[in-house]
Amino acid sequence: MMYDKKLIIPGLVIFVWLMTLPFWYNSGKATAAPEVKIDTPVIQEMAEKKCIEDKQYMREAHMQVLDDWRDEVVRERKRVEVTTGGKTYEMSLQNECMKCHSNKAEFCDKCHDYVAVDPYCWDCHIEPKEKK
Amino acid sequence: MENGRRKFLKIAGAAALGLGVKPVIDAVAGADEPVKYVAREGALQAKRWAMVVDTRKFTQELAEECRKVCHAEHNVPEIENPKHEIKWIWSETFEHAFPGHEHEYSDPDVMTRPFMVLCNHCDDPACVRVCPTKATFKREDGIVLMDMHRCIGCRFCMAACPFGARSFNWKDPRPYIGETNDEFPTRMKGVVEKCNFCAERLAKGVMPACVEVCKDKECLFFGDLDDPESEVRKVLSTNHTVRRKAELGTNPMVYYII
Repeated sequence: MMYDKKLIIPGLVIFVWLMTLPFWYNSGKATAAPEVKIDTPVIQEMAEKKCIEDKQYMREAHMQVLDDWRDEVVRERKRVEVTTGGKTYEMSLQNECMKCHSNKAEFCDKCHDYVAVDPYCWDCHIEPKEKK
Repeated sequence: MENGRRKFLKIAGAAALGLGVKPVIDAVAGADEPVKYVAREGALQAKRWAMVVDTRKFTQELAEECRKVCHAEHNVPEIENPKHEIKWIWSETFEHAFPGHEHEYSDPDVMTRPFMVLCNHCDDPACVRVCPTKATFKREDGIVLMDMHRCIGCRFCMAACPFGARSFNWKDPRPYIGETNDEFPTRMKGVVEKCNFCAERLAKGVMPACVEVCKDKECLFFGDLDDPESEVRKVLSTNHTVRRKAELGTNPMVYYII
């Protein structure tokens, strides 16, 4: 038993269509993953082009690394990381990471824009001065 | 049947033992050296950092120089409006620095001196007790520090601090910073900030910026209160010193020779 079937069913269809409109609108228009150039003058001069860990790990876990670094530096008075390879790094986004990755627009922003995340690192940390 | 149960229990027990032992074996057999975090070589360490200000030798010019150097070093904005201004270190009159200690017959020489004031890095800091996010905390060496990432700008700490040592960023401070020090971050709108006893300089093995300014004048001493041989302890034992609002029980760590 259903009254006003003629109104309710088309109404439901329109409602579902409206609610899923963003999916319809964007379907088939996938943006290509960004091609990120990571060669900066400093990196080009490095004998072994390697960050503190391998590329895949840094891609997946750089945010955890930075989070750990912050706690160690601010709260534990430890400012240097000794990696598994025995190399030492100053635990500082502004004074260490960006010394090599001096191309913030390319290195940080391209991917962050692509995945629509907006970390607020640069509200306080000073970004490297890039040559335009 | 009996035999079957015995066997089952034996195997189950052995399996449980094996599972329990696995993490231990993993830990011992882990050949890869784990990542280590260490202090920087040459960092200045102490059990209890403290400061002594010799107000007899302090001049207005020197206090202003300290303020300038400190604020430039830490990217502190210069905002004219006193409601919005940010202060880490500044000079104060006697009755503001030590309220209630002045009277109408006070020594005019003392009353007209500039008193350099900053965060007292209290041993029992009120700001730390009230901070709801633990953004403000006391480090093991006694420095009352802020983790700007955690500050939500509630300003409880400003209400709690009896010394007015904290300032709130009512607006984005960046346009008000003259020459930026690229080695140190700035702050953002909506966070509280204060003196950090130059924690970043101590980590590099150098004395705080204001102490460096007063190096030749011998009017500002900084060192380990826990070490009887330290300069601050020697100065404290040979001079009569007072602290700001010590009666409130926060146990300030900045001492003043009057």
